[in-house]
Amino acid sequence: MEFFRIKRDIPFMKHALVFNVISLITFLLAVFFLTTRGLHFSIEFTGGTLMEVAYAEAPNVDQVRSHLEKDGFADAQVQNFGSARDLLIRVPLAKGLDSAKTSERVLTTLTAAGGNPQFRRVEFVGPQVGKELASDGAMALLLVCFGIMAYLALRFEWRFAVSAIIANLHDIVIILGFFAFFQWEFSLPVLAAVLAILGYSVNESVVVFDRIRENFKKMRKATVPQVIDNAITVTMSRTIITHGCTQMVVLSMLIFGGETLHYFALALTIGILFGIYSSVLVSSPLVMWLGVSRDQFIKPKKDKEEAVV
Amino acid sequence: MNRYPLWKNLLVAGMILLGLLYTLPNFYGESPAVQVSSVKSTIKVDTKLAQRVEETLQAANIPHQGVFSDLNSVRVRFGDTETQIKAKDAVEKALNPDANNASYVVALNLLSSSPNWLRALHALPMYLGLDLRGGVHFLLQVDMKGALTKRLDATGTDLRTLLRDKNVRHIGVARDGLAVAIKFRDEETRKKARDAISDTQTDLLLADAQDGADLKLVATLKPEAQKRIQEFAVKQNITTLHNRINELGVAEPIIQQQGADRIVVQLPGVQDTAKAKDILGRTATLEVRLVDDENSENPAVMEQAAHGQPPLGTEYYVERNGHPLLVKKQVVLTGDRLTDAQPGFDNQTHEAAVHLTLDSAGARIFKDLTRENVNKRMAILLIEKGKGEVVTAPVIRTEIGGGRVQISGRMTTMEAADTALLLRAGSLAAPMEIIEERTIGPSLGAENIKKGFDSTLWGFAAVAVFMTAYYLLFGFISVIALACNLLFLIALLSLMQATLTLPGMAAIALTLGMAIDANVLINERVREELRNGNSPQAAISAGYDRAFGTIIDSNITTLIAGVALFIFGSGPVRGFAVVLCLGILTSIFSAVTVSRAIVNLYYGRQRKLEKVSIGQIWKAGAK
Repeated sequence: MEFFRIKRDIPFMKHALVFNVISLITFLLAVFFLTTRGLHFSIEFTGGTLMEVAYAEAPNVDQVRSHLEKDGFADAQVQNFGSARDLLIRVPLAKGLDSAKTSERVLTTLTAAGGNPQFRRVEFVGPQVGKELASDGAMALLLVCFGIMAYLALRFEWRFAVSAIIANLHDIVIILGFFAFFQWEFSLPVLAAVLAILGYSVNESVVVFDRIRENFKKMRKATVPQVIDNAITVTMSRTIITHGCTQMVVLSMLIFGGETLHYFALALTIGILFGIYSSVLVSSPLVMWLGVSRDQFIKPKKDKEEAVV
Repeated sequence: MNRYPLWKNLLVAGMILLGLLYTLPNFYGESPAVQVSSVKSTIKVDTKLAQRVEETLQAANIPHQGVFSDLNSVRVRFGDTETQIKAKDAVEKALNPDANNASYVVALNLLSSSPNWLRALHALPMYLGLDLRGGVHFLLQVDMKGALTKRLDATGTDLRTLLRDKNVRHIGVARDGLAVAIKFRDEETRKKARDAISDTQTDLLLADAQDGADLKLVATLKPEAQKRIQEFAVKQNITTLHNRINELGVAEPIIQQQGADRIVVQLPGVQDTAKAKDILGRTATLEVRLVDDENSENPAVMEQAAHGQPPLGTEYYVERNGHPLLVKKQVVLTGDRLTDAQPGFDNQTHEAAVHLTLDSAGARIFKDLTRENVNKRMAILLIEKGKGEVVTAPVIRTEIGGGRVQISGRMTTMEAADTALLLRAGSLAAPMEIIEERTIGPSLGAENIKKGFDSTLWGFAAVAVFMTAYYLLFGFISVIALACNLLFLIALLSLMQATLTLPGMAAIALTLGMAIDANVLINERVREELRNGNSPQAAISAGYDRAFGTIIDSNITTLIAGVALFIFGSGPVRGFAVVLCLGILTSIFSAVTVSRAIVNLYYGRQRKLEKVSIGQIWKAGAK
């Protein structure tokens, strides 16, 4: 079996402008939704109390809500979770409410309302923790960006580093844009997924860049776009298969992982799909715009390592 | 050319064997067990206790599958939960005859049912996180400002006493925020006061200030003293929490410091959060009282007291060594006056002793107490949950001044250390607040394990089917390498006794999906070499050698992300990061070395290799 039977190099660079415009539009859309709708942060970031309650029989969600309202939880959100018999209740942090005792009070209210509810999970996060998580997350993102750029600059040269990080950061913004548009819950595991994707999809750029560098040495007469086209074409098989395999595993997580892993797997899926696109079709044109040329690679002869695939 | 030297083959075989060995315990599952640990830090868990437990079970005719003891607990394994509960009751009755004054925690627990020879190799199953086994997680914030104000309040009292003793006239000592201000009428008194204070209170920083017509001396704590007090506060709170949680009967509680001012408490298996919170927030205190010696030596009175009718104004207690005694209800001194308790030795007798340090007000009270009660006994009690326990009841030999008190007699060094700890740990050094709470029901935990396991299994199966169909034998070898990767990863996690959480399981699955990249790179490269007309042996060799650089490259960027997550992540995210980083390292070894070893074994010895099974090699132009 061989999926990719490509006879000639595909002229990707001819359409470079198209790719970059598509990227720009999706990027701007993502930014637009991020600013207008904002992210739906989980209580890990906002602080508050989250409870998963299981009933023997499906409860009336509106009734539960009104009971809670009567007992002073005016801002409580009640929704079904997984099945009709499970409820997810969110109580935001409020002044004057003894936050550590919220879960007990909610249970008292619910038990009084009947239906014999059982706590399956309770999460309470104080206000100080949420702020820290947000700043730690930002620091982690910064460290990853800096680390990857430093590595690429060292391994290749600055043009590659800059274009790879732009391409992959634009991925991140698009993932976040999806989360903002659909108002999916942005939790800590999602943040972990986003950072993992950042590291993972840069691989793609590394492989293509490796090949570009090799081609500059081998294809003496080719123009810069031709060199890049060839590099992308020959690495395509590996790119699709590798990401396909990773996606199979992520899909399995999406199907079997349940609610907890749902958004984590979803973030990975978007990340993988856009990762392929942007690290190949966005970063390569960027390298071209930034003015990569053969001279930058010919002079240091010591570069012994050869590119693969 | 495609042959590994013997040592390399042996290395791969050895690694796989080790991997199997350390992964094995995870498959045995867990069997019900009863765990006995000590509530009181003065009572040690030793082989004698194990013997006692075993004898108790024998006497009650309860079959068990082995008694294990370590430094902190004795564990007994049983065949089924019914016997487990019967055994728990029997052991509880035998070890804690008085239910109100229990010396041991007898808790239900689960113990890995892996055979003894595996345990001897330290091959233990992975530790399951709370989201997989159910339980409560608390993050407590220690109020550092509270610790400092508490200390400054005491300092204020000390300063008042000091100035009175030295006859320095002041017109008021008051704590204002994180400073103590003393007011004076004239400069001369202030100077005198400053000299007096700086001689005795080395932790204080003194500054002059003016408040209207009054002259002020403002005392603040030195930064290093602040730091010491805060560190001490966290340590003491942890010790206190340990003591309290012991009473909950939790099999394996985790109580750790996190950051400068936070404490993590994890109680696996506990569902009753309300009770757990109550116990965490409880206060304990130390009291010094006088012993009613006359009545304590009167057998008739004692007999009555033992039946709940002690003489008026006294309470009946039993000392650690079993001697009953009557203690007066009037409290002479409380633990608030205690600034430190350290184990040590008596200067003259070289007996083990506990050195207590009292603040100056406490020292004065203690001096008066001992002067007036020479040759009488005093009792030091630890009051917790409204229940008191006589820690020790020594005879007062002489007047004791200076605030340094020594408790000695009938103590081993170990007991002295424990008593010091107990005295220090009696109360919280600073108030604490719950800032994060997570409760996971046991059924949810079991569901999460299944979800994580299913995701990994089906993801692996899908990749395996695809790889074998696409790359044939080379694909199958890649799958074996991937399976080895999983094996190494789980073995490593088990060996490190890392805590497995649901995000951790997701990371295992994700690592598998990413690790196959290395084999795809190799297989594609081998195909390309074949396409270029190289002989099969040369193609294999070149494919592996040239792919290596790219494999390293493409893994390093993911590793950078993993490390960043590890540094800035907390809790479950950290678990995710650990698994991700380890998975990358094991995948490099398994994808390159293990798969190469198999390929070499299969193809390497064939001199005239015409064809390798790596799927169709399509060449442009050739139809």
